[in-house]
Amino acid sequence: MSTLLKLDQIQTFIGQYHILQGVSFEVPKGEVTVLLGRNGAGKTTTLRTIMGLNPAAKGSVLLKGEEIKSLPTYTIANKGIGYVPEDQGIFADLTVEENIKVAVKKENDETRQRLDWILNLFPDLKKFWNKPGGLLSGGQKQMLSIARAYVNDNELLLIDEPSKGLAPIVVEKVMESILQMKEKTTIILVEQNFMMASTIGDSFYIIDDGRTVSNGSMNILREDEEMRRKYLGIA
Amino acid sequence: MTRIFTDRMNIIYLLVAAFLAVFPFIYDSRSMLILFSQVFIFAVLAMSYDILLGYTGIVSFGHAMFFGIGAYTVGIFMKRFEPETSYFLLAVLVTIFLTAVVSYFVGLLTLRLKSHYYAMLTMAFAGLFLVLAEKWRTVTYGNDGFTFRVPDFLKDRTDFYLLCLGSMVIVFMLLKRFTNSPLGKVLQAIRENEQRTESLGYSVLQYKVIASIVSGVIAGIAGILYAVSLRFVNTSVFTMDITLDALLMTIIGGVGTLVGAIIGAGIIEFSHHWLTELAKVHWIFERWIIFFGIIYILAVMFFPMGIVGSIKKWKFSRKKKVPAPVHSDTINQGKS
Repeated sequence: MSTLLKLDQIQTFIGQYHILQGVSFEVPKGEVTVLLGRNGAGKTTTLRTIMGLNPAAKGSVLLKGEEIKSLPTYTIANKGIGYVPEDQGIFADLTVEENIKVAVKKENDETRQRLDWILNLFPDLKKFWNKPGGLLSGGQKQMLSIARAYVNDNELLLIDEPSKGLAPIVVEKVMESILQMKEKTTIILVEQNFMMASTIGDSFYIIDDGRTVSNGSMNILREDEEMRRKYLGIA
Repeated sequence: MTRIFTDRMNIIYLLVAAFLAVFPFIYDSRSMLILFSQVFIFAVLAMSYDILLGYTGIVSFGHAMFFGIGAYTVGIFMKRFEPETSYFLLAVLVTIFLTAVVSYFVGLLTLRLKSHYYAMLTMAFAGLFLVLAEKWRTVTYGNDGFTFRVPDFLKDRTDFYLLCLGSMVIVFMLLKRFTNSPLGKVLQAIRENEQRTESLGYSVLQYKVIASIVSGVIAGIAGILYAVSLRFVNTSVFTMDITLDALLMTIIGGVGTLVGAIIGAGIIEFSHHWLTELAKVHWIFERWIIFFGIIYILAVMFFPMGIVGSIKKWKFSRKKKVPAPVHSDTINQGKS
């Protein structure tokens, strides 16, 4: 399977803090790659570095072999990367409709089909179509954030902790949506919820103290209790 | 055309505009005509500022530079050439060109900066224009300024009132259209979260520069009307007071609403007028600026969202949340 995205020895600073000190991984096309690690390990910064929001100081970020490390965020996004941030990034004063319309890069039949599909998956978005995004619940905001990233034909989706702070029933819904998206696009998922990560993920990378320390097929991690305890603090 | 009438608010706007249009014919007061003309002119300026502050989240302390460019351009054209309609129209075109060019370059140089640095730098640019107007005496006559004659069609106060009203209505309609367009929605997205908008694929800087140009050109038009209303221009048009007036009109009326900017302009101009008039009643009102300050403080304390923003919030809290089922096909439909 071909590699869609490759990070090689990425080093990122935020202010004076050296957050990523050597993150390397490859994302095969058509798979879900899960980034795991404790709080503060550097998972979110890795996604932000890929998007150019916290540009890397050293190393390389290759998208289909093309270096994107020094490109501005909007150019990276226009190369086909959708981003669902940890805080969902909903525009509170815009309606659900406007939130989605603002994200649409090109309106065509395919976009409309994708939107139909996602609105069927998340009927709550239909219900609150004309309501401001700020009025939605946490789960609905997460659905809207995913919808915005998915409505375009992005080759790669970066999804940051979609289950964070959500009720179990909403987590199930979000998980179901990502499982369905997995059929159509490549995903990098940052997730603390191991049950969710292991259900969706094909392969994993563990980030610890700003470095990738382990990787492999998700099956390996499911069976390796010692590794889970050591790096993730779970048995 | 039918869409204009779909919104109840549009009908109210139309009725108010119609009333204001017939007002000079039912109430014959020269001072009222002049006062209303000032309100309309400052409403145009405040709406232009609302595009920056309310719709894009940019705080500029240099907005007076565009207002001043418009005022001086028309003044210089009318003074140097004959006060004819053709030269007036040429002055309008030159104003549009100059304000667009200046706002483009100032925007490009400053809008990369964080908000407070941007605000400071715009103040510095406005200061440059003020110094230029003071020192380039052969053209601007320095601080004293100069009077000029206006074309015949601008001489009648009623005609001028209608011109100002028409300009305000047209600017309101154009900006309403602009803010409801996809481009306007991107600007609102930038106001709420720049990084998020950038990661959706928009060059935030480019969009901010577009907002700056639209805002600058409209402020220039307000400057033209202001200079014509006085038939005089001096360096006061470049001062910080003009920018602060626009800022306060927008805040008091309600940011990000356009109509709030018009209401804010009305409140500030009428308050100014009445407080000045009260000086005849008691000497304390000669210090009307003190009362003005109190009004500002009370307005910001009790209506932080401005008058229109507070009304919207109140109306919204009363509404029952009735979901409106829709189909994704609506993605193709424009907003009402």
